[in-house]
Amino acid sequence: MQINDTQLTGLPDEKGHFGPYGGVFVAETLMQPLEDLAQAYQDCLNDETFLAELDADLANYVGRPSPVYYAERLSRELGGARIYLKREDLNHTGAHKINNTVGQALVAKRMGKTRIIAETGAGQHGVATATVAARLGLECVVYMGEVDVARQEANVYRMKLLGAEVKAVSSGSKTLKDALNEAMRDWVTNVDDTFYIIGTVAGPHPYPAMVRDFQTVIGREARKQMQEMTGGLPDTLIACVGGGSNAIGLFYPFINDKDVRIIGVEAAGDGLSTGHHAAPLCDGRPGVLHGNRTYLMESDDGQIVETHSISAGLDYPGVGPEHAWLKDTGRAEYVAIDDEEALDAFYRLTRTEGIIPALESSHAIAQAIKIAPDLPKDHSILINLSGRGDKDMHTVAQRDGIEI
Amino acid sequence: MSRIAAKFDSLKQAQRKALVPFVTAGDPDPSITVKLMHTLVEAGASMLELGVPFSDPMADGPVIQRASERALEHNVSMTDVFGMVKAFRETNTDTPIILMGYLNPVEVMGYVEFAAAAAAAGVDGAIIVDMPPQEAGDLVKAMQANQIDPIFLMSPTSTDERIKLITSAASGFVYYVSLKGVTGAATLDVKAVEHKLEQIRKHTDLPIGVGFGISDADKALQMSKISDAVIVGSALVKQIEANSEDHEAILTAARELIGGMRQAMDV
Repeated sequence: MQINDTQLTGLPDEKGHFGPYGGVFVAETLMQPLEDLAQAYQDCLNDETFLAELDADLANYVGRPSPVYYAERLSRELGGARIYLKREDLNHTGAHKINNTVGQALVAKRMGKTRIIAETGAGQHGVATATVAARLGLECVVYMGEVDVARQEANVYRMKLLGAEVKAVSSGSKTLKDALNEAMRDWVTNVDDTFYIIGTVAGPHPYPAMVRDFQTVIGREARKQMQEMTGGLPDTLIACVGGGSNAIGLFYPFINDKDVRIIGVEAAGDGLSTGHHAAPLCDGRPGVLHGNRTYLMESDDGQIVETHSISAGLDYPGVGPEHAWLKDTGRAEYVAIDDEEALDAFYRLTRTEGIIPALESSHAIAQAIKIAPDLPKDHSILINLSGRGDKDMHTVAQRDGIEI
Repeated sequence: MSRIAAKFDSLKQAQRKALVPFVTAGDPDPSITVKLMHTLVEAGASMLELGVPFSDPMADGPVIQRASERALEHNVSMTDVFGMVKAFRETNTDTPIILMGYLNPVEVMGYVEFAAAAAAAGVDGAIIVDMPPQEAGDLVKAMQANQIDPIFLMSPTSTDERIKLITSAASGFVYYVSLKGVTGAATLDVKAVEHKLEQIRKHTDLPIGVGFGISDADKALQMSKISDAVIVGSALVKQIEANSEDHEAILTAARELIGGMRQAMDV
């Protein structure tokens, strides 16, 4: 695999900056370990054996390439643009998260680490981490907010089956951000033997760059597949943005294709005007959290505020620093879709195409449903269908008043 | 000379070591903080570390996390913390005050505004836990322009190269984090700390304070023998938590803990 062929924008700089965003904002104990990680990761990128091993894992273990599917019936119903889905939901473990955990696990192995930790929101990253840890025979601890443990029971059980210890986090808002705090605390305590697999393009450098690099396989494949299927590039890309790893994975290989419109979709929760949402790019401002400078949901005093989204995977007050930079530079647009719109999209895709999307991905679908009718029939929209909805049965059934 | 440097000088002449208690501003509620600060000084504190509450204290263990949560229930802001320092300064102009907190509340306020307001209130130094020296250029400049000492952490993982980088940006003193872990951990290794302090001293003449894991008078004594300042946080905050319904009990417990440590260190 050639990761470097997509690094046309040359970011981040050597200190991990994307414009004013990114960087390394952690307590001193983690500074040297992060420098060591950045070095080890660079070494991996220059090592043919590593890259070959990664390629083999992506093909034989993850099941790549994932297909691009033309959603013909949905497109016809909407009566405008042609809608294509990049089927990351068909990956092993059911989401794009495994692209990254397979990569980071190989880095961990090379660094001689024997213990893996991770944070998780919806549980997809936790499952993807527990999966690679099981395969490599490494001890694995996953931190998960108490609220998320309750709403994602099935994934908690999957992680346990895979041999991981799931630690419920009861501090703060008891969701993803608090799980991240707790994972950082674990890492600072056990830094000698422990590798922290961060699941999104946030955190201190080199994580935003490393996770992006592992996820850009999505965009590189999709680029080629769209050219083969349609004879050209897609006109519009749409992906949901929590921390933003599936989105950057799709967007990055298209960044220099100026004619391709790029739309990231945040979670508007109960609605942007209510304040109960998880849309820092649409309704937040820059600050520093979890090791990087980026857009945050915060109070006037600089306290991080509690977020809300029906999808646990988007329920996060920050966002990857590269998205902050893509927003400021105007290369990408960021919009927000609320809980109800996401649910409508969830049902609609399920019933028109026989594909049950994750609630996270449903936000991206909802945005396509919104804009497709007004676009011409030769306009193509490529949506990153980042995960499947099996994990959300409980949440959706509950909204329907059904106990399962 | 800054209040911090002057304090270290006078302690040195008296052949004593600094004892630096930490409390979170506004824990368990804002009305006790100034009184508690005075009590700590009476009990033998040489300087005071005042925690600025933050919603996501990544480097802190559960004891100080809960202290932040208690203070935030009262919406204690940076401006409120400055108000407490100002009130303390009405009757104490001698004891250095060091703020300890996380970067985001400082970012929101603006570096220059933060440093100017801190200086006006009577703050002498600031430790911003998640602000390493390589990102801190503008903040250090703003602090220096307002005579606030930028105090940085060092840790068991700091290499010679990092020690040089940190000491080139720091003034006041250097805060050595005695262990790999969060505040309130219980794995203090005196020999290892002593060894690391020797390494740090090769690079700087700044006084060195040691914190994390110092929970009783005996540990305070051991650390005071090898360092210039002993910083006590979680052990004190635990007492505040245990007595959170009763201000008098908090003051008594604080007096006993810090007084006991002072006595052990002075023998």
